[in-house]
Amino acid sequence: MNDLNMKSLEAKVVVLGSQGVGKTSVVIRYVGGMFSKAVSPTIGASFFTYKLTLEQYRVKLQVWDTAGQERFRSMAPMYYRKANAAMLVYDITSLESFYDIKDWVKELKKNVDTPIVLCLLGNKSDLESGRKVSTEDAAEYAASIDALFYETSALKNTGIEDAFLQVSKQLIHLYETVPNSGMGSLIPSQPASDMFASDQPLTLPDRKEVESAGQRSGNCPC
Amino acid sequence: MAAEVREAEQIGNTSDSDSVQTELLETNEIPGKSENALLVATDSFEDLNYAGLTNGTLPTVSTSGTIHSLVKKKARRASALLDENEAAGDNTASSDETTNAVDQESSEVSGEDSQEDHLESRLTDLSLNETESLPEEIPMTQLIPTSSDIEDVNSLEWKQQRRHIFIISESGKPVYSRHGSEDKLVTIMGVMQALVICTHDFQKDTLRSIVAGDHKFVFMCRDHLTFIGITRGRESTQQMLLQLTYMYNQVISVLTLSTLTRIFKQHRNYDLRRPLSGAEKFFDNLLNLMDVEPGLLLSSVRCLPLDSSVRENISHSIVQHAKVKDLVFALIIAQNQLVTLVRMKKYYIHPMDLHLIINLINASESFKAAESWTPICLPKFDACGFLQAHVSYLDEECHTCLLLLSVDIEAFYILSECKAKIKERLVRYNALKAINDSLRRNSYSIQQCSISDLRHFLYKSRSIAQYTSPELEAPYHTKEEQQRLFDLYHYLHDRIHTSGRQLKILFHVGPYETLLGWVTQGFELYAVFGPLVTKTIAIHAVNKLLRWIKKEEDRLFILSSVTF
Repeated sequence: MNDLNMKSLEAKVVVLGSQGVGKTSVVIRYVGGMFSKAVSPTIGASFFTYKLTLEQYRVKLQVWDTAGQERFRSMAPMYYRKANAAMLVYDITSLESFYDIKDWVKELKKNVDTPIVLCLLGNKSDLESGRKVSTEDAAEYAASIDALFYETSALKNTGIEDAFLQVSKQLIHLYETVPNSGMGSLIPSQPASDMFASDQPLTLPDRKEVESAGQRSGNCPC
Repeated sequence: MAAEVREAEQIGNTSDSDSVQTELLETNEIPGKSENALLVATDSFEDLNYAGLTNGTLPTVSTSGTIHSLVKKKARRASALLDENEAAGDNTASSDETTNAVDQESSEVSGEDSQEDHLESRLTDLSLNETESLPEEIPMTQLIPTSSDIEDVNSLEWKQQRRHIFIISESGKPVYSRHGSEDKLVTIMGVMQALVICTHDFQKDTLRSIVAGDHKFVFMCRDHLTFIGITRGRESTQQMLLQLTYMYNQVISVLTLSTLTRIFKQHRNYDLRRPLSGAEKFFDNLLNLMDVEPGLLLSSVRCLPLDSSVRENISHSIVQHAKVKDLVFALIIAQNQLVTLVRMKKYYIHPMDLHLIINLINASESFKAAESWTPICLPKFDACGFLQAHVSYLDEECHTCLLLLSVDIEAFYILSECKAKIKERLVRYNALKAINDSLRRNSYSIQQCSISDLRHFLYKSRSIAQYTSPELEAPYHTKEEQQRLFDLYHYLHDRIHTSGRQLKILFHVGPYETLLGWVTQGFELYAVFGPLVTKTIAIHAVNKLLRWIKKEEDRLFILSSVTF
């Protein structure tokens, strides 16, 4: 590939979710290519970078792996500010962790005014026997918030690569279609009008509605 | 063991002060003395007294803390910039956010629970009565003991723990217990809180300590929390109080005083374990650290022995590459020892705060995975706000940890660049290798002082709040013997410092060793000799030791303070 034709892109990805759903394991699996049973709880947030080449782009992902512990909850804005993508991780064996995603989405919607790629990850998919969140419900919910959706297993290394790849693709798409996406440049961007800031408000289904038919509000480009 | 020592005390020869003082002062030069200190030189132990701890002197929670003034300065700078360039409207919001961030902290912590707690708070007054009137729970025989019940209060293992530490909220809710799960200790914690409350309400007095058999109970009430320490060891009441103060500081370090106060103002009955969840390991680790690290008792810090030229080089690298606005402290810590500390002019770090930082590093594996960005409150620096810490390890083996503490919540990327440059330079000048070599050498052996019969010592230079001590070698190579040695130091420290009768010099002959404690304006020295050493020999040896420390002081201590 000709180096001269390559464009570069830098994007901030924040990983959010409840305590113990495996955010760090997912990130370490993706960035470091390994799995450790003894991952200790994250303090504050850890910062990783990952570089990949995709569609004429050299993409540099700045991954913020946040702490799920309650006491860091109020620090979250510091970490998701100016994020271009958010990985929302829940544990398929914990209904609670799935419901917590709703709060995160609400919060992101309120506080992030630049376009942001959302990706819902149902982690620990290897623990099928203890499953509490059905794939259908999660997929429906993901569609309703215009998010990508993958079920992943950091242990078995399934879904994670795909998820980050699709997020990167969407980031490139965002970069190409939305001039002020805030990516790859240091110039502060103006509040942009884009597909996520459409007139149509993003409605989040309640717990009951997750099971019922979720409205497809999105024009998801993938 | 305790009985033996006590016996020895009676037959032993314990002399103090004046008689030997003239013989002692051979040297005028105090090893490790420096006018240019980098740590706050205080004796936390002597600061401790109940008068200052009871509710009367609650520090007022205001926004005038150190961090606030630093942030304000920064905001002023930012707004000045903005006036010049009003077009950058987008930035206004972000700078406002920065200004408020420290004050806002975690209002959500208490907010989220409001519904649940609203109910609870109405029941607050009842809850204490409930705790007191729990006789139906006490006759355990009526209950079928499940295996988990046996594990706790009634288990021999639990009862035989050398030391227990409890934290209880004002309304009697368990917050923390060193051993056993808080849930199962609710009853015993209720009783303890009842004792505190009864003394306070009915006797108009404060419960300080209880001695029952082998056990000593020490109570400390601060900011809606009751800290209780129970020990079978040789710690004195004041030493237990110091430990409880460290626990209190650790709570503040996680939550900040303003959050803690706000939580209990809004909901007296709040379950503090929620915001503290995940921080239990810091409490556990801190208590473990107290058992092996004399620096906490001496309220001083141990430095990694390094040639002064190497250390200078390291601090110079930091000054050169981390000259960033709003960076308050930059420090390198290697295996609980301070390598270097660079500070903003006018601002000092307190040894107690530094111990909390060391504890944070020591207890968290997660920093080893990647660069981290985390809030930390240093209670002695500013109890009401968070500093932001950029934490990273400089070497592959994760021995050497760099911390950059800033008041700017946006500074991560800048500090990350600083870190890369500092690391590059430290590698280029072989400074990381020097640190690793020093770590491998395991400090120094007592042999190096070449003083026969001197087994171990602690030397603290008071002006710089740093101490030095040799490796623990035979006969103190087993856990039991190390514990015994620490007990001896606790005893010596207590005898010398106990406020009623402060001593300058204490010579103590025990069954297994002879102790000499000596405290002057400039230093504190605690030396442990073999059992057959006489007073004259000990005094001679101590003088020789002081000369040796003086000779080595550039390597053992950080004598000059570097600022940005």
